[in-house]
Parts: sequence; C-alpha cells; structure tokens
Amino acid sequence: MKAIQTEQLSLGYKDELVIEELDLTIPKGEITAFIGSNGCGKSTLLKSLARLLKPKDGSVELAGKDIDKTSTKEIARQLAIMPQSPQAPEGLTVLQLVKQGRYPYQSWYKQWSEEDEEAVQYALDVTGIKEFEDRTVDSLSGGQRQRAWIAMTLAQDTDIILLDEPTTFLDLTHQIDILDLLSELNEQEGRTIVMVLHDLNLACRYADHIVAIQGKSVFEQGNPDEIITPQLIHSVFGLQCQVTCDPICGAPMCIPYSRQRQMKGANRYAAQQVQAN
Amino acid sequence: MSNKQFPIRLGKVSFLIDKKSFYIISLLTFLAIVLMIVSLGIGQLFISPVDVIRAVIGQGTEMQNLVVNSFRMPRILLSMLAGAALAMSGAILQGLIRNPLASPDIIGITGGAALTTVIFLAIYTDRSNTLTMSIQWLPLASFIGAVVIGFLVYFLAWKNGRITPFRLVLIGVGVAAAADALTSLVMILGPIHSAAKATIWLTGSVNGTNWNEIATIAPWVFGITFILFIYARRLNMQELGEDLAKNAGQLVQRDRFMLLLLSTSLAGGAVAFAGGIGFVGLMAPHIARKIIGSAFGALIPVSALVGGMIVVLADILGRMLFMPLEVPVGVFTSLIGAPYFIYLLFKSHK
Repeated sequence: MKAIQTEQLSLGYKDELVIEELDLTIPKGEITAFIGSNGCGKSTLLKSLARLLKPKDGSVELAGKDIDKTSTKEIARQLAIMPQSPQAPEGLTVLQLVKQGRYPYQSWYKQWSEEDEEAVQYALDVTGIKEFEDRTVDSLSGGQRQRAWIAMTLAQDTDIILLDEPTTFLDLTHQIDILDLLSELNEQEGRTIVMVLHDLNLACRYADHIVAIQGKSVFEQGNPDEIITPQLIHSVFGLQCQVTCDPICGAPMCIPYSRQRQMKGANRYAAQQVQAN
Repeated sequence: MSNKQFPIRLGKVSFLIDKKSFYIISLLTFLAIVLMIVSLGIGQLFISPVDVIRAVIGQGTEMQNLVVNSFRMPRILLSMLAGAALAMSGAILQGLIRNPLASPDIIGITGGAALTTVIFLAIYTDRSNTLTMSIQWLPLASFIGAVVIGFLVYFLAWKNGRITPFRLVLIGVGVAAAADALTSLVMILGPIHSAAKATIWLTGSVNGTNWNEIATIAPWVFGITFILFIYARRLNMQELGEDLAKNAGQLVQRDRFMLLLLSTSLAGGAVAFAGGIGFVGLMAPHIARKIIGSAFGALIPVSALVGGMIVVLADILGRMLFMPLEVPVGVFTSLIGAPYFIYLLFKSHK
C-alpha cells in the first residue's frame, strides 16, 4: 500500500535542481525516515510532498490523485506537515496553538464544532501537555514546545504526518521521548509518518523504511536492517564507519571512524569490550 | 478548556467565546464610553458628565445640546474611529509581517496619504487661495496615496517569494522618507495658504470635524472591521508562518493580498479624515497584545478600543494643556509614540 507517490519529480530553487526525476513511493502505515548529508535535498523533498513547494517538473500523488489538482483544503485533511523549528507568536497559549490545527475543518461561521473540541482534547491528552494548555508557547521548555507543535499537527487529524527534523535542538532524552510518541501513534493508530532525521542511529532504530538521498535522487531505500552498510554510509555521507548492532533493539548502528581518536585501551568501556570478546 | 471558554453552537454555526476576552472587551468598551463622556464635557464651556449625558439625549440646555452634539461629538467620534482604524491596521500588519515593529506610519502608508493630500491641495488651489475642487474629494486623494504606497512597499520588499521583516521595515522607512521629501517639495512650491493647511493635516487633527465626515468614515470603518472578523482566523494562521498556513490549506498569497488591502483601507480611511496621526498603529496593537495575547479574534477589538482611547486622550490633552490654543492630536501621539518605538527597537534587538 502506498501513501504518497512521486513521478519524475524534479525540485529546485531558481535554476538549480536539488532533486531530479525522482520516482518514490512512501509506504502506508509505516515510519519512513529521510537521511542524507546537509543540503542533499531531503527537507526540500519533504516540503514538496506536502505541496509547500511547487515541483519544477513531475508530480506528487496523494491517494492516487495529483496534489496539484486537488483542493488544498482537502489535502489538509489527509496530510499534515510540521516544519523545522516553527515559531509561535509572542503570547500565544498552547491551547490557542493546538486549536489552529483545526483550521482545515473550519470556516468563518463554523469555528468550534464538537469534532473540533474532541480532536483538540485528544491531541492535548496524547502528547501529555494538557496541564500546560493555558501557558504561552514561548514559556515552555524545548521538549514541551515540540510536543505542543506535534499536538497541533495531530489536531489536524490526518492519516499522514510529515515532520522536518522533529528532534533538532532537543537533548537526547527529549529526542527519544518525541520519537517514542511518534512511534506509538504509528503503531496504535496506523498513521503514516514521514520524517527527516539527522541522527542516523535513531533513524535506524525507529524507521521501518529508510530513504537515503544523494546526488539529486534516492541512492537506496528499504528496511534499515537490509540497506544500512558501511558502503552505503560512505557513499551517502562520505564517512568511513563500522556498522554494528544496537545493543538495545538490534537495529543497525553506525560507529564512525575519525582522524584524531583511536582506542586507547585504558578506558573502562574498552576494558569491558576486551572482556566480552 | 471547560471553565475558561464556552462554545456557542447552533446547527452548523459554532463559535468559541473566551470568557476573559469577553470581560476585557466589555470593560474596555465601558472605559472608552466614560472617556468620551469626560471629553465631551471639556473645553471653554465646561459641562459635568451628568449634563453631558443629558445633552446627548437632547435633555440639556439649548447651549449644552449645541456644544455637545454639534461641536464636540463629531470630533470625539472621529478620534475614536481614526484611532481604532489605525490600531487595527497596525494589528494586521504586525500579524502579516510577524513583526511588532510594523505599523502603517513606519512603513510609509501614512506618508503616501500625506503626499497625495498636499498634491491635491496644491493642484486645486487657485491664485486667490480658494479650492477649485470640493474638499470632499480630499479623503479620496489621501486614500489613494495610502493604498499605492502600501502596495509599493510590499512589492519592493518581496524577494524569493517571501518578505523578511528586516527588508520590509528598511524599504518602508526608505519609501516613507522619499514620500516625506516629496511632500515638503510640493508644500514649498505650492501656495502658502495650502501649506499652512497641509501642515495641520500632516500632524493629524480632528479639529472642526462635522457630522458629514462621520457619516462617511463610520460605515467605512465598521464595514472593514466586519470583514476583518471573517479574516481573523486566516490572520491567526498567517502568524504561524507561510509553511504552516499552506499546510492548513490556506491560499497564502491571496489572503495576504486581501489582508494588506484591509490594512491599507483602514489606515487610508483614518488618515483621510484625521490626518497623519502618528504611532497609534504601532502602540495600540502592541499594548493590546500585552493585555489579551495574540489570538486575533480578541486582539482586533482590543486594539481598536485601545487605539481609539489613545487618540481621544491625546485630543483631551491637546485641548486642555494650552487653552485656548489647541494642539493637534498627532503631536501628543507622536510624543509618546516615538520613545515607545525606540524602546521596542531596543527590546527586539536583545
């Protein structure tokens, strides 16, 4: 089953193409992660899937229909995108922000239906920010703020959720926290999640499907267990690394080589490693 | 959610009323009315608030009825309406541009109106210093200037499909300065009589307002305010940024254009009748945001009330401080507004 499909999609700014003639299928009901080096076009691709960027050529299809020929409000009821580090205006409360997620269902005379109320309640509950609903967004900590934005996206009540680097600027605890939340939404409600992730190891841990982008196109895609190899990482990121097994969940894990640091042997973890072998 | 707001639902129609906003708007409306009653009593003939109310309903002495209803009421209503219009215009711009420093005077809308106004006065004044064209057309001239400059700044600031706040303020200040220079040039070249008249207009004055003017500006301001309420939710969405507005299914460019048109129409209308009253469009929405937060459904009426009260207050000061001499309202709004702008610049720089 496919959620989104691109056909001969070319994207770019001015004369420069960032993505060229790409055919890509996003599987339905799974978590897909876009990985790639800085500036490879993964955010651009994500934006174009959500019609925030007009393709230079080719098309994006949502549920088999060209998004360019579908009413934008109708798309807003099927697909939501959370941009990278969004900014809330000063003084906006969490509740006011989350309510904005209902925009595609409202009109000037229909501003607060029972469905709106239920969807907002649900979004506040599931993201665990109900207790902050009257606080202003700018007064929250980074992790809470990110949850508030995700709550707004959830209030939009769409089957497909796209997120552009949802864990940027968060400490590791909150990164895990956000990714766990998204993973629960995927497992319990079958929502399709597509995100750009910088952290390769977290991408391998959480994604069912990884899309590695390089050279204006998809270099490789598939289940992390099958595609993540030192060769792939070298081709996509230009980085030498070893791929080992994530000791917690068994997903592939990349350990990069570096010019400066090598095994010294005196360190506590190194000693454990020697014993284990 | 349950005790702070209550929904109103009737078939397909549904609204959510925020209790706090409701109380604040009621309180501000009450204060505005009190302020207007006080203002109606102030002048060479002092009238007590009770007598003012009597006069308003036609029960005062003949003198009081005349002074309150014919002389003072129009100018006070104009102060209220012009202040409200400028404040709402500023609130729209600040939301649209996502910057608290945007306002109709700083980005040149007021300057544009001033320019076409002096051009009008210069062209249609003959050698014997009489206007050859009815003064009733003056507001139209100001309005055209406001709209033309508003859109000029908007399109000049446009780059790569978006407007950065920095670029907009910079271009706005530049265009405003150019408009000011041209205004001075026209005034120097034009007849002396019209220059004197233009100076008072440029500062912003509500002196000598008559009921005809109120009959023109009131429907204008109320009409646009109504459309603005329809657009409030779009403005809320715009304030989250272009990507999220598009995500929500908004036709961003079309709505931006409409909102800019509403903003310039409000500022143009105010300036056309009350002249270049400075800084209200900057201060009022900013104060309103501190009071009520940034959801536009409530921010628009609160800005309007705050803006109206600022101008009514400035008018009271202008009439009282140097009696019997009268100082134009614009002098006082600028006296408070200019330092306020510097304070905002300073704060946003940190």
